[in-house]
Order: sequence, then C-alpha cells, then structure tokens
Amino acid sequence: MDRSEISAKLNTLLVSELGLDADKITDEANFEADLEVDSLGVVELLMAMEDEFGVKIPDDEAETIHTVGQAIDLIDGKLNG
Amino acid sequence: MSRVALVTGGSRGIGRAISIDLASRGMAVAVNYATRAEAAEEVVDEIRSAGGNAMAFGADVSRETAVTALFEEVTAALGPVTVLVNNAGITRDNLLLRMTVDEFDQVIATNLRSAFLCTKAALRGMLKARWGRVVSIASVAGVAGNPGQANYAASKAGLIGFSKSVAKEVGSRGITVNVIAPGFIETDMTEALGEEVKTASLPSIALGRFGSAGEVAAAVGFLAGEDAGYITGQVLGVDGGISL
Repeated sequence: MDRSEISAKLNTLLVSELGLDADKITDEANFEADLEVDSLGVVELLMAMEDEFGVKIPDDEAETIHTVGQAIDLIDGKLNG
Repeated sequence: MSRVALVTGGSRGIGRAISIDLASRGMAVAVNYATRAEAAEEVVDEIRSAGGNAMAFGADVSRETAVTALFEEVTAALGPVTVLVNNAGITRDNLLLRMTVDEFDQVIATNLRSAFLCTKAALRGMLKARWGRVVSIASVAGVAGNPGQANYAASKAGLIGFSKSVAKEVGSRGITVNVIAPGFIETDMTEALGEEVKTASLPSIALGRFGSAGEVAAAVGFLAGEDAGYITGQVLGVDGGISL
C-alpha cells in the first residue's frame, strides 16, 4: 500500500469514525486545533488505525501524532519502511 | 450477544458473589484469580450449573504484562470486556509507625495499580462499543479512614479519585465509572479480624449487623446494568450505616 492509498484509507476512516468534514482533511490539518477532535478522539482514531492497517502504535509513538500527515507518515513507515 | 464482564479477584468473598450475580443477569463472566485456581473453578461450576456462562482466568493483575495477557485471553475466549469490576484487594494491616514500605507498596499495587492497569486495558473495547461499566470495590475505610489500615485506606481512597477522573474522561462515550464502598461484610477478610473486633464494631452500625457478599454484589449488579446509565463518578456505600 503506497502513501496515497494510505492517505485515502485514512480519509475514509476520519469521515466514518470521527464524522469529520472531508473538505477539511489536509496533510497539515491538526486533529485538535483544526479538526476539533478531542484528545480522547485522537486515541480512538489511533486504535481504529491499528485495526484498519494491522499495525501496532505504542503509546510513545502515539504521542507524536498531531496532524493528518503525521498519521499517514507513521502508517507508511510501518507498512513500507 | 451478551455482555462480557471481568471480575478481578472473583474466586471468593465479594468477588465470588459479584461473579455469580453478573452471570445471573445474563453476562458472560471472566472470573479472575491470582492463586486460587480451584476456588475460581468452583465459582465457574456454580455459575454453569445455574445455566450461566463463565470461565476462570489466572493473572496477577498488579503486573502490566499479566494484565495485557489476561485481556487478550478473555477477549479471545468470551469477547471484549465491557463490564469491569475492580475487586481484587488485600490487606497488610499495621500501625503506621510499624508499617514497612513493602506492606504499603504491596497493598497499593494489588488494590490500586491493578485498577489502573485493568481499567486502561478495558477501555479499548468499551470505547469501540461506546458502552462500558467500570465498578471498583473500595471500602468504608477509604472514605472514613481506619486505624491500622493506612495503606488499605489509601489504596481504597485512591480508587475514588481515580474513578472520578476517569469518569470525566470517558463519559462522552457512554462509559460510567463508579465505586462501591462496602462496610463490614462477612468474608474471609473480616473473619480474620476476630470476634472481639467484630462485636465492638456492631454499635456503630445502624442496621446492627454485618452485610453479606450478596448484598454488595446486588449493588454492583445494578451499577453494571442498563438502568444505571446516568450514574457516574459516584461512591455508593453498602455499609449498614456505619459511615453515618
């Protein structure tokens, strides 16, 4: 799965899991500041990503994820790195 | 699809009564024990004879790796846990001046750290289900203090602060987090106190008697059910009025 496929899958997840507005989802979008996801929501999102992509995201890595782009990079690294 | 409940320290005393009560309400019950495998299997047998669903799982819930493994096993065998009863608890009574660091640390680890580890592990399934019940068994000692039990009371009071905090964190996802504070209940733990201590406490109990494990379990059963969905961050005393 290349980066663009990961991005597309993550977008679908963000819309379906968190009910986000697809138009607002850009690589630079900050979950809490721009997308109004509360801190618990970010945790839930990371859990959904683990299930969707079949990866494990330990707590120390989870703490570094603040933007959509960072989430994609993390998955990309785990799947293709 | 019935709900899955995990009761830590479910092999005897209050934990046993809770396991039986939750099973009678149609839940699949994971009966956790630390060392008493046989007693846990007896509880499972009793539940099954009554037509219920239960399995025993051994784990020292004060240890992170053990809790991770426990939740993996329970989820694989019964499904994700959406009802967690933090009941595992020990005493290491001593006057503070004589209390060792070990006596303090062990009680905090078994009684409080276990609740942290288990609640954290259970949250994943509860968040996904957007439904959950966490009930921790504290004690009247944790609310009012008790000489000789500074460690026990600290661990039980800790459960209260912990539960209120978590209640605020996860309430938006339909997960309630409450505490039951039993008084003198007839179990092995109070049996060890001796007749003199027990008789001396009776005048301060409005109902003039000790409680049964079943009476505590009934309160847990209520909090774990659908009807208690608007109750969170609360401490419910089941103590015959000793705290009045």
